[in-house]
Amino acid sequence: MIQLAWLIPLFPLLGFLVIGMLNKRLPVSLSGAIASLSVFLSFVVSVIIFNEIHQVGSVPERILMFDWINVGDLNIPFSFLIDRLSVIMLLVITGVGFLIHVYSIGYMQHEQDHSRFFSYLNLFIFFMLLLVLGANYIVMFAGWEGVGLCSYLLIGFWFKYTEYNNAAKKAFIMNRIGDLGFLLGIFLIYTTFGSVSYQEVFNAAKGFPDGDAAITAITLLLFVGAMGKSAQIPLYTWLPDAMAGPTPVSALIHAATMVTAGIYMVIRSNVLYTLAPYSSEIVAIVGLVTAVFAATIGLKQNDIKKVLAYSTVSQLGYMFVALGVGAYDTALFHVVMHAFFKALLFLGAGSVIHAMSGEQDIRYMGGLKKKLPITHITFLIGTLAIAGVFPFAGFFSKDEILSKVYAFSPFMFVVLMFTSALTAIYMFRLYWLTFYGSFRGTEQQRTHLHESPSSMTMPLIILALLSTIGGFLGMPEVFHVPHYFSEFLSSIIYRKAELTLPESSELMVMGGSLTMVVLIIIMTYNHYVKKAVMPETNEGELRGFQKVLSHKYYIDEIYSALITKPIDWLASFSYKRIELGVIDRIVNGSGYILNGISSLLRYVQTGSIGTYVFGMVIGIILLVALTMIH
Amino acid sequence: MNNILHVVPLSYYVALSSLLFTIGVMGVLFRRNAIIIFMCIELMLNAVNLLLTAFSAQHGDASGQVMVFFIMAVAAAEVAVGLAILVMIYNNIRTVDINELNKLKW
Repeated sequence: MIQLAWLIPLFPLLGFLVIGMLNKRLPVSLSGAIASLSVFLSFVVSVIIFNEIHQVGSVPERILMFDWINVGDLNIPFSFLIDRLSVIMLLVITGVGFLIHVYSIGYMQHEQDHSRFFSYLNLFIFFMLLLVLGANYIVMFAGWEGVGLCSYLLIGFWFKYTEYNNAAKKAFIMNRIGDLGFLLGIFLIYTTFGSVSYQEVFNAAKGFPDGDAAITAITLLLFVGAMGKSAQIPLYTWLPDAMAGPTPVSALIHAATMVTAGIYMVIRSNVLYTLAPYSSEIVAIVGLVTAVFAATIGLKQNDIKKVLAYSTVSQLGYMFVALGVGAYDTALFHVVMHAFFKALLFLGAGSVIHAMSGEQDIRYMGGLKKKLPITHITFLIGTLAIAGVFPFAGFFSKDEILSKVYAFSPFMFVVLMFTSALTAIYMFRLYWLTFYGSFRGTEQQRTHLHESPSSMTMPLIILALLSTIGGFLGMPEVFHVPHYFSEFLSSIIYRKAELTLPESSELMVMGGSLTMVVLIIIMTYNHYVKKAVMPETNEGELRGFQKVLSHKYYIDEIYSALITKPIDWLASFSYKRIELGVIDRIVNGSGYILNGISSLLRYVQTGSIGTYVFGMVIGIILLVALTMIH
Repeated sequence: MNNILHVVPLSYYVALSSLLFTIGVMGVLFRRNAIIIFMCIELMLNAVNLLLTAFSAQHGDASGQVMVFFIMAVAAAEVAVGLAILVMIYNNIRTVDINELNKLKW
């Protein structure tokens, strides 16, 4: 059955082709159904393969599809690798992907162009599966570029709005910077190891000493790629803007799957990262800075999706910290849990936006608890999960990261602890402002409020269930229960970092973070519900640091001043001065000169035959005279 | 054949045909009536023909005279076409003065 793994990416590809070709001829329910079915079939195959991998034990299996690139010594087959890591990613992508497809049927009901939407969504799933299935870096890169393309297409789905198009372009260009790093990393891998296939590269790498310069360079370049795709400082600004796309897209691509591609790539290359302690440290530091930085921005955002976007950036930072300290299995655990609760939160936000007739600003929401009961409960579960409240998914995965980081460096632990406090604050601010208090929207919106159709609430319920129980896959060590997740992954981790805490301190970490979150919940309740403090509607009311936060540290402005403006200036200089001033003048000038000469010479053409004949005779006489002279 | 050349030396032929040719050229250059210009062109052709036959006799080689026949045939065809064109010109502008035909210029 494992040999049939090629079926997994095939179904979404077929779905894409069928929906894409029939396009407008399909009614919304049918194109949605085809798209969901294709992902569901992939999910079924993934489950079967997972079962087999689970039983037989860890024998990574390579499936050769065909010879892809074959030039001289360079031989890159198009092959898939089925091992424990890719199987987990397969389940997450197809499982969460299927739920989001089903949700989209309800969400995109009133959309004219639904077939285009579903075909892109299926194409995305295809490329994402390619990314995790590839048995070498080139296949991964093909998937990597493909998901970037789909992300671009879906962010700019409503392409009639210039703003959305700009967001799409921004995402694409930012990703391109990262992709360049990734590509250079692959080149360096090929020159260093003479191969790009995982197996050969990792086997060869095991012979290298720790801290080898080539491996350090490779891992740093690969990490540049991961920075772009997984929105880390300095390449994170595209992700909040990517919220311009339809909400299911934000949930699927910009929260649950694509943005974790960078994490997946680092886990996949964990052999290399283990051998490059210097790179790992950089990964941890970048992750740490991103986590706390994005969390502070999240505090002052008023767009429901923007808050979630910054929280995604922050959570990705968490995962990179875990990768940096060498806790690869913990990072993947958080990837999976994050996929559950962040998809849940985004879909919940989508349900709220749907009910509010497109309103995204939490200042105009409030009191939605009674009107949207299912959305409210599931959103609450998502919020509890991300804030890290026992027994929800986020508690286990986040806590594991915290305790691993504590064992690695207490300073980083303190920063992460602070970040998780911030996370709880902005998430509960969002929750209280949206669902409690009095309704602050227009009368028209109030009468229109309604719970979403069952195609949207069912995925919410399932994801809420997963966010509730998912965490038990990875119980903390203090409880002396097998950590299912970590054991399952042990074979793909090259050298497991020794990051165990004494039981007392681990309990302290857990208890500490839990009390902190509970205190924050009470404090934010007092602040936003009892005292009903509203975010300032007027920009001028913000003071000092708050203003800096609400402007996202002016990072977009800084980038624009440092990079966009000079390049724009250079472009307009090249156009106005060089193109118009120099090149055009040369080209047009030569034309004008010829024109001038010919306008003088044309008077030779008198039209009287006598002149011509006279010229001819003179010419002949001259020729004859010339021959006479010689 | 040869005795004709004995009676009249070759240089006479050359002088005569040069004279005829020059008259032809002058006619083409200075006359305005298209028919006369046409005749002058014929005169130039025949001056060359005369020269060709004279040299042919001088060298005892018939190929020059063969060439003359070709030229005469081509000239006949040319006259047929040229006169037809002249008739058409006359029909259109009621004159064969070539200075009237000066529309094709800058």
